[in-house]
Amino acid sequence: MTDLNPTDQSSAEETAPALSRLQRALDSDLAYSFRHSPVAMISAAVSLTLILAAVFAPLFATTNPFDPSSLNLMNGFTPPLQPNAFTGESFAMGTDDQGRDVYSTILYGMRVSLFVGAAAVLFAMVLGIVLGLLAGYLGGWIETLIMRVADIQLTFPSILVAMLIFGIAKGVTPVEYRDQMAIWVLILAIGLSDWVQFARVVRGATLVEKSKDYVDAARLIGRRAFPIMLRHILPNVLSPVLVIATISLALAIIAEATLSFLGVGAPPTQPSLGTLIRIGQGFLFSGEWWILFFPACTLLALALSVNLLGDWLRDALNPRLR
Amino acid sequence: MTDPVLSIRNLTVEIPTRRGLFRPVENVSYDIKPGEIRGVVGESGAGKSMTGNAVIGLLDPPAHIAEGEIWLKGRRIDHLGTEEKRAIRGKEIGMIFQDPLTSLNPLFTVGEQLVETIQLHLKVSSDEARERAIALLDRVSIPNPAERFDQYPHQFSGGMRQRVVIALALCSDPSVIVADEPTTALDVSIQAQVLDLIKELAAERQVGVILVTHDMGVIADTTEEVTVMYAGKVVESGKTDQILGAPEHEYTRSLISAVPRPHVKLKRFPQVSYGGRETEFKIEDLARNWPKPEASGSGKLLEVKEITKQFVVKSSIIPSWNSYLTAVDQVSFDIRDGEVFGLVGESGSGKSTVARMIATLYEVNGGRILFDGEDMTAMDAAGIARYRRQIQMIFQDPFSSLNPRMTVADIVAEPLLHLGILPKQEAKLRVRELLDRVGLAKDAWRKYPHEFSGGQRQRISIARALATQPRFLICDEPTSALDVSIQAQILNILKDLQEHLGLTMLFISHDLPVVRQMCDRVGVMKQGQLVEQQETEALFDAPQHPYTRELLSLMPRLEQLSG
Repeated sequence: MTDLNPTDQSSAEETAPALSRLQRALDSDLAYSFRHSPVAMISAAVSLTLILAAVFAPLFATTNPFDPSSLNLMNGFTPPLQPNAFTGESFAMGTDDQGRDVYSTILYGMRVSLFVGAAAVLFAMVLGIVLGLLAGYLGGWIETLIMRVADIQLTFPSILVAMLIFGIAKGVTPVEYRDQMAIWVLILAIGLSDWVQFARVVRGATLVEKSKDYVDAARLIGRRAFPIMLRHILPNVLSPVLVIATISLALAIIAEATLSFLGVGAPPTQPSLGTLIRIGQGFLFSGEWWILFFPACTLLALALSVNLLGDWLRDALNPRLR
Repeated sequence: MTDPVLSIRNLTVEIPTRRGLFRPVENVSYDIKPGEIRGVVGESGAGKSMTGNAVIGLLDPPAHIAEGEIWLKGRRIDHLGTEEKRAIRGKEIGMIFQDPLTSLNPLFTVGEQLVETIQLHLKVSSDEARERAIALLDRVSIPNPAERFDQYPHQFSGGMRQRVVIALALCSDPSVIVADEPTTALDVSIQAQVLDLIKELAAERQVGVILVTHDMGVIADTTEEVTVMYAGKVVESGKTDQILGAPEHEYTRSLISAVPRPHVKLKRFPQVSYGGRETEFKIEDLARNWPKPEASGSGKLLEVKEITKQFVVKSSIIPSWNSYLTAVDQVSFDIRDGEVFGLVGESGSGKSTVARMIATLYEVNGGRILFDGEDMTAMDAAGIARYRRQIQMIFQDPFSSLNPRMTVADIVAEPLLHLGILPKQEAKLRVRELLDRVGLAKDAWRKYPHEFSGGQRQRISIARALATQPRFLICDEPTSALDVSIQAQILNILKDLQEHLGLTMLFISHDLPVVRQMCDRVGVMKQGQLVEQQETEALFDAPQHPYTRELLSLMPRLEQLSG
């Protein structure tokens, strides 16, 4: 092979320039389907806007709701777009009982919601992929064990599982760390209640891929089980995982909101959208509707747009539905 | 002259895609007379099935009939609405699909499915329908039809199921049957029976049959008229004997010449040259850097001694309660240095299992495999590692044997890098040389497998197998997933490997003519046992075992073929 002469080599380089990665991506069927789906484009725009607003919250927020010095109790219960009776200040979405700008708390709350949601899905995904690959590829008693545990967990409502984990974790952490730990415990709780879906899908896809000849070709040259799983099978089972991850993100955000609403989630010092809704619902019947309404709408928009995006992704990646 | 029962006039099917309008069927015309079987032959993608689907009104949207007319018994049916088409489908036009496994509903008994279909199309009472169904089952030669009436599809064998599908298609006395590759999924012995049945029934009931197939043997044995399609167009149409014996179109000629001949041994396969498909491959050039084939001590590179493989069918906690299926039962054979040894047999005969045991993909349950005089079954992992680079394999399905998420360069380089044969930089050069030698384009290495056709993928697979410069190559049905025209290329490459590189090969196939062309010696397997092994010519000229004789007698004659 070493005698491949230089002219041969240069002519190999001279062939028409291959498309760059970006061009390839823009030209792919997925991008094409995206450009032809108004629902996908709108929901992508909405979720991107919300995510960017959350990530860069300090730039967009009018005040920092967690800085006590910026609060003025006199501003409390200002309705949206109406000047406050005492200070004359006006707020786009009104203020809560403490005089905090609802708009700013939503931005900061969304940060917490998105962080918890994304981290929980990531955790569930990694756990689910690893266990699913092991179950699918190795089979035998490992598979039985993993999948039975998954089956058992599925018989409990996931919010119950999350509350159980949250409760146990809270019990074992010292009181002074509880507020700091709350977010991480939340991530663990939601993640652990959500891995089953990933594991099931990955196991199924692994069983299909395992029987393909390219896996045998890798075994033939003596590759071991783990390199085969990582290098050969994993890349081929990722597209369904991507779909579930997107839909799970919407569900995880809602799960976090539910837990926080129930008072077992994000602490009031780091309020998430769910915490805001919980606080807001206390004022609903006394007429201060905006404290509940705006966080709830934000949650709806966020969860819906991410979910629709996931739905589109599932259809676009599934050749049978096209 | 009888009037045609079905005529297709200038049929064009269009599929709008994002890359422009695609015409899988263009300007196709043919007629079917009552009782006539018309073969429609061509390679995959030639539009032959699409024409059939258009006739039965089962085009998947967005595919649609853009132009042309379809007339059934003097009535134009191509522009009818969905409801009217549905009424015709099944009643006037019956269908037989390729895979009998999926064309019957596993949840209903065979009888229920027949009765349902009969009552859907004919106004008869349940009892009458039942009687009719049993008569039909009897007609398609299902033994004990009254008993089997109440059985489920899984209780029937593949061939029996296809008979049931034929009975289903005949339920409502259709005037036309569209049979799309009806025997491709069946073994040769069953294929012959099913084709005979179709032939008989067509004549008996005066049904016109459109027989879509890629198999020239089926065409030669079964049809009276044939239409040859290429790239969506009809290239030639006429009497089967005439088309096969004296083809006029260049494509038909080269297609026919590529069909492996059962009765003469040729040095090379004639390749299809039509449509610029000829590929240059230069296996000779590989020989320059190829290590001289070492002679093994005994002259036998591989000795297989009484190997047995059992699969657990039903596992139990108590090992002695397990039930087993013996896939390979005490099989012994030797393969000499530089020889191509063929293993033939029907599906389920255990030939692929033998290959997988030799490739160490399956563990052996009994017996020994000696490679170059050393017992591989007794080796530990480290011992086997030394043999990895000497034994390579080419798989049947080129669509599943290449990892779709890796570039061609990574795929071919993997054995080299994993086994530490060459450092990265040199591996890259070897990969490019190999791809060039098997006739792939210069920039093939940076592409992904889906950018290649079946034949090209199989050549990538060969390049991967050659990367480690093995001494022994296992070819497991290397061409059965490919069109005849591409089969010739691949087989010629394999022949060159033996000739120029001195490779020893195990060649597994169910296709007897191909085996005759490829192999020096042949073993015949039946139900896990090796019933006969012989020099190829001796086996074909004077088969000893009755099973071998049976297999050979089922080989398509292809006497009408020219050249």
